[in-house]
Amino acid sequence: MAVIVRIPSPLRKLTGGLGEVEAKAESIGGLIDALEASYPGIKERVCDETGAVRRFVNIYVNEEDIRFLTHQDTPLKDGDHVSIVPAIAGGRR
Amino acid sequence: MGKMKGLKCRECGKAYPAEPLHVCEFCFGPLEVDYDYEAIAATISRDRIVAGPKSLWRYIDLLPVEKEATVGLHGGFTPMIRATRLGQTLGLDALYLKNDTVNHPTLSFKDRVVAVALTRAREFGFDTVACASTGNLANSVSAHAAQAGFKCFVFIPSDLESAKVLGNLIYHPTVVAVEGTYDDVNRLCSEISGEYRWAFVNINIRPYYAEGSKTLAYETAEQLGWRAPDQVVVPIASGSLLTKIWKGLKEFERVGLITGVKTKVNGAQAAGCSPVATAFAEGRDFIKPVKPKTLAKSLAIGNPADGFYALKTARETGGVIEMVTDDEIVAGIHLLAQTEGVFAETAGGVTIAVLKKLVAQGAIARRDLTVAYITGHGLKTQEAVAGTLGEAVYIEPSLEKFQRRFRLKET
Repeated sequence: MAVIVRIPSPLRKLTGGLGEVEAKAESIGGLIDALEASYPGIKERVCDETGAVRRFVNIYVNEEDIRFLTHQDTPLKDGDHVSIVPAIAGGRR
Repeated sequence: MGKMKGLKCRECGKAYPAEPLHVCEFCFGPLEVDYDYEAIAATISRDRIVAGPKSLWRYIDLLPVEKEATVGLHGGFTPMIRATRLGQTLGLDALYLKNDTVNHPTLSFKDRVVAVALTRAREFGFDTVACASTGNLANSVSAHAAQAGFKCFVFIPSDLESAKVLGNLIYHPTVVAVEGTYDDVNRLCSEISGEYRWAFVNINIRPYYAEGSKTLAYETAEQLGWRAPDQVVVPIASGSLLTKIWKGLKEFERVGLITGVKTKVNGAQAAGCSPVATAFAEGRDFIKPVKPKTLAKSLAIGNPADGFYALKTARETGGVIEMVTDDEIVAGIHLLAQTEGVFAETAGGVTIAVLKKLVAQGAIARRDLTVAYITGHGLKTQEAVAGTLGEAVYIEPSLEKFQRRFRLKET
């Protein structure tokens, strides 16, 4: 299942500057692991020590917040758009 | 020395210097001020506070500024009113109102947070201040900026009450009315704050700004005779005020000024914008953003930044978060005015209506020492009560006409 993932600017250092990447996964949990394999370090930014998505990170599948779907178990299908969005937008200052 | 050790992420604990920062670059959590409470406890005392200025600055030892106050010297220290008549009506023996409708200079609790934010902004050397606001904050930033000589940009939703728009313009800031909700305004301001070196009081200065709300708790404890109330009822917009009132009470306990803080912290929202009350009712620990549609525009934040912490505070203290309809809000404004002579804006109506509901539910008991926070003045939201009031009686200037009109007998 290839999905398109939007990467927020604070995490682009990890993706070599890419704002959008493609990944293959069956669920959000699997997607986070797949991203970690390609871009090491991204998982600890998105998930806490228990593996849960951090409180101030929102993940949307086709515009729907995964907290209102089935969290990390949320299934993915070919062509889905996933966005990772920090809840508090940080400025560059 | 210095009472501030720096900033600290509320989520992951990562430490930062005490600079104009607000988001943890690692986990995206909010930053807050990290104090040296041992040093503060060693200096602070009731006597020292009582000898201080009759303003929020009497608590400067617990506020995030490095030197003396330079902006907003007369904010805070507002009346604590024993609300006997309202208490009788609701069935409460010990009800108090913290009356920030008469805060200086712009008649809302925002004069507290802005005094702290702009004093800090000056310490940082900013020459321009700005904010995203549902109205009261913009009024306060505009007034304080005028007095302190900052350049000023305020961003508001385009549908605000006319008095809240006028209440900016009179101070000659740049007023930007954004077509959209407060949440749209806030998002835009986050982007703008990344482009310019401005002190956005509720964005890059937020960790300092938000601390100003603690002074409501400090004053509450001092004015009640150095004790914490059993119950507080606090309106929720971003959720910051409620969180900081609790923090203030706990800090007073921590530095030894009061003991035995067991306050139940209750939250009040309008049904037309109730993301926190809804999460509370559904037992969720995350907030679902909503599109606000309520008379209480000052509380119309659909995606509240501190909603999670407000929820957590209410739950941990045994408080309740309730919501009320627009009709109940208007009835609350009337009830407060008719029993206590206090004319509150819509947020005050929300607070009083929720207070009433909590008493009726038995969540607040007759004997509980209860404080309700009235955070803004009714003259700013006159539209809310228009059409719900009686009219003046017009007569000719004649004693006979007067007596005939009112059927009063001569004495």
